[in-house]
Amino acid sequence: MQREVMFAGFGGQGILLIGNILAHTAMEEGSEVAWVPSYGPEMRGGTAYCLVVISDKPIGSPIIKNPMHLVAMNRPSLEKFAPVIKPQGVVVINSSLIPVTSGRSDIHELLVPANDIAMDLGSTKVANIVALGAFVARSKIVDFECMRQCVKEQFASREKLIPINMAALDAGQKAAQSK
Amino acid sequence: MAKTYRKPEALADQPTHYCPGCTHGVIHRLLAEVIDELGIRGRTVGIAPVGCAVLAYNYFTFDFQEAAHGRAPAMATGIKRVRPDLMVFTYQGDGDLASIGMAEIIHAANRGEKFTTIFVNNTVYGMTGGQMAPTTLPGQRTTTSPGGRNVQDVGMPVKIAELLSALQTPAYITRQTVLKPKYIVRAKKAIKKAFQYQMDGRCFSLVEFVSTCPTNWGKTPVEAIQWAEENMLPYYPLGEFKLPD
Amino acid sequence: MGKILMKGNEAIGEAAIRAGCLNYFAYPITPQSEVAEYLSRRMPEVGGVFLQGESEVAVGYMLFGAAGCGERVFTTSSSPGISLMSEAISYISAAELPVVFVNIVRGGPGLGGILPSQADYFQATKGGGHGDYHLLVMAPASVQEAVEMVMAAFPLAEKYRNPVMILGDGLIGQMMEPVEFSDRLISKPTNKDDWATNGMDTRKRNARNLVKSLFLDAVQLEEHNLALKAKYDRMKQEEVRYETYNIDSDFQALIVSYGTMSRVCKTAIDNMKAEGFETAMIRPQTLFPFPVQPIRQAASKDGCEAVISFELSMGQMVEDVERSVQGKRPVYWHGKAGGEIPTPEEVVDAVKSFVKTK
Repeated sequence: MQREVMFAGFGGQGILLIGNILAHTAMEEGSEVAWVPSYGPEMRGGTAYCLVVISDKPIGSPIIKNPMHLVAMNRPSLEKFAPVIKPQGVVVINSSLIPVTSGRSDIHELLVPANDIAMDLGSTKVANIVALGAFVARSKIVDFECMRQCVKEQFASREKLIPINMAALDAGQKAAQSK
Repeated sequence: MAKTYRKPEALADQPTHYCPGCTHGVIHRLLAEVIDELGIRGRTVGIAPVGCAVLAYNYFTFDFQEAAHGRAPAMATGIKRVRPDLMVFTYQGDGDLASIGMAEIIHAANRGEKFTTIFVNNTVYGMTGGQMAPTTLPGQRTTTSPGGRNVQDVGMPVKIAELLSALQTPAYITRQTVLKPKYIVRAKKAIKKAFQYQMDGRCFSLVEFVSTCPTNWGKTPVEAIQWAEENMLPYYPLGEFKLPD
Repeated sequence: MGKILMKGNEAIGEAAIRAGCLNYFAYPITPQSEVAEYLSRRMPEVGGVFLQGESEVAVGYMLFGAAGCGERVFTTSSSPGISLMSEAISYISAAELPVVFVNIVRGGPGLGGILPSQADYFQATKGGGHGDYHLLVMAPASVQEAVEMVMAAFPLAEKYRNPVMILGDGLIGQMMEPVEFSDRLISKPTNKDDWATNGMDTRKRNARNLVKSLFLDAVQLEEHNLALKAKYDRMKQEEVRYETYNIDSDFQALIVSYGTMSRVCKTAIDNMKAEGFETAMIRPQTLFPFPVQPIRQAASKDGCEAVISFELSMGQMVEDVERSVQGKRPVYWHGKAGGEIPTPEEVVDAVKSFVKTK
């Protein structure tokens, strides 16, 4: 079984980081993983995206035309990738910044006002973690508790950031469950 | 009977390929004497250039690498960075250092790489047959400036010692010559000073030599020395241009 | 130790350190600058040397100088940078110095692009600079394999006194995958007292060493070239490495593919198998020496109708595939060179278009 998640948004929204955390979590669970970024001029302020592939056997092509899931943090990302997501995939839409929906009825759409939730927590910087929490809670692609550990590890060198990121994960989970 | 002339240990016991009247031989000997006097033959690595001194490695008795055109300072950088205990010098001519290797010498000097460069400036590409160099004097005839160097067309000759002295990184930069015995004593002192700075791990050092090329200049050795004194020394003055802080 | 998630470029830098190479000279270029960024932090931690040179031209000779005095040294770059280093690579090959080069290939020619490519195959395997020489070239298909190849490269470079090139691509450099650094691949530098300019005082033998590429005498130059050739012939005998995939099936087509492209082909082979259409693959892990015999043997198998070279280039490796197959089967090429990577679906379509019996 292979699953793919596309994370997309503006450069600076922490897109690559949440992809990294998911890949790390899946690896800790014993899965094969690949994290494939976009790179180049785009990384300077334009759109940023990364694809995380999780599989129970060695990953062949890490280049996927039709990923299973999408976490879209801004409108161009949703418009670019929503049409190629596989049916029954989970599509997380950061409704704080995206005033539209995917227009698809064959996917599981989840509207999460990630920036608003993050601002309530004290910093819009953790909007990405809110979205990640919501996505994992809905898709159950990895174990939520295992992911909490990986987020802690991620911020191990900046310990004072751990509480707000934990709160962001929980708020994302809550947002996914309340829908 | 006491020997008054002795070949330095660092100098190989074989005739060189240099032309009569060429100054490479004297400069080689000074280098060898300094290496002997400092007792560093067993930890010295020389780097030969592309140019007349391409075979310099045959005339010394310590480790040598042979470089591509102009790249000797990069090679010296590589050696010195991974083996700071080795004593490293590059031996380069003006086509090699001032033209094709300009980037390498400037950046090595500017980083303050702790090796020594012996720069032999005779205003022409010697080995390839006397073509114009960046150091060719205004009006000087060469095989690629048959009407004489036209400075309107190709600019004025590059003064390497002055150019490198403009860099701020501490360095020892001097211009010397071996045209006459009176200059030779001073030149040897300069080489020794440069090597001493290197031994102390203090700085990059460069000793430029105002030199001759009787063959490509179309002169006898004596005429060549006279020409160099009259024409080169006014444009390429001798002296110390930079001392380490 | 366990697995850690690492970007290819950073893993490559770490692999060199684990292999015992503590000297790195480089110049930044996308898509491999992370190696330099990583090692600018890491080398001081392990007491190693990190230097950002003024150009790839200079870096090439810094490697020459360092390797010439017997120290392990390596660099990383990407296509245009390797072109600039090619002058030094020729000299390094001529002077028989063990240096490891990593080329995280991007699209060309010229500035080209910064996306993954395999367009430097000719440059890597056929020489690249002037004169008769070859690099030993290895091509990883995953971050883990890149680590293993980098670690294996140093003893190989020393065994042959020859530069080794790891030919990756933008994806291998940029992708993160789990990696494990094997203790088994840690190697000790060989003794270089016979030839390195490491200072006479450090050696027992009281004779000087000379590292050079100049042989003005025709007979001596001929002898030098014959010695180099003997070395390359020995590599062909001893160092060919490749991986097979689905080779025991009754395959109708044989795919030859390496690096990132081979991963796409594996998925395509699985998909075709699920449909009942058998294809096999030989994945060269060494591009020089090239797995000539294994490809010839596999292509000759009954039922194999076509041999297809899939490449992220306009058809370079296909020439070596043709040379291997020697006309026994039709040989085709399929590829892309702009930076996009063909999808498994595209590979399936291409394979089917080359096979007559469906």
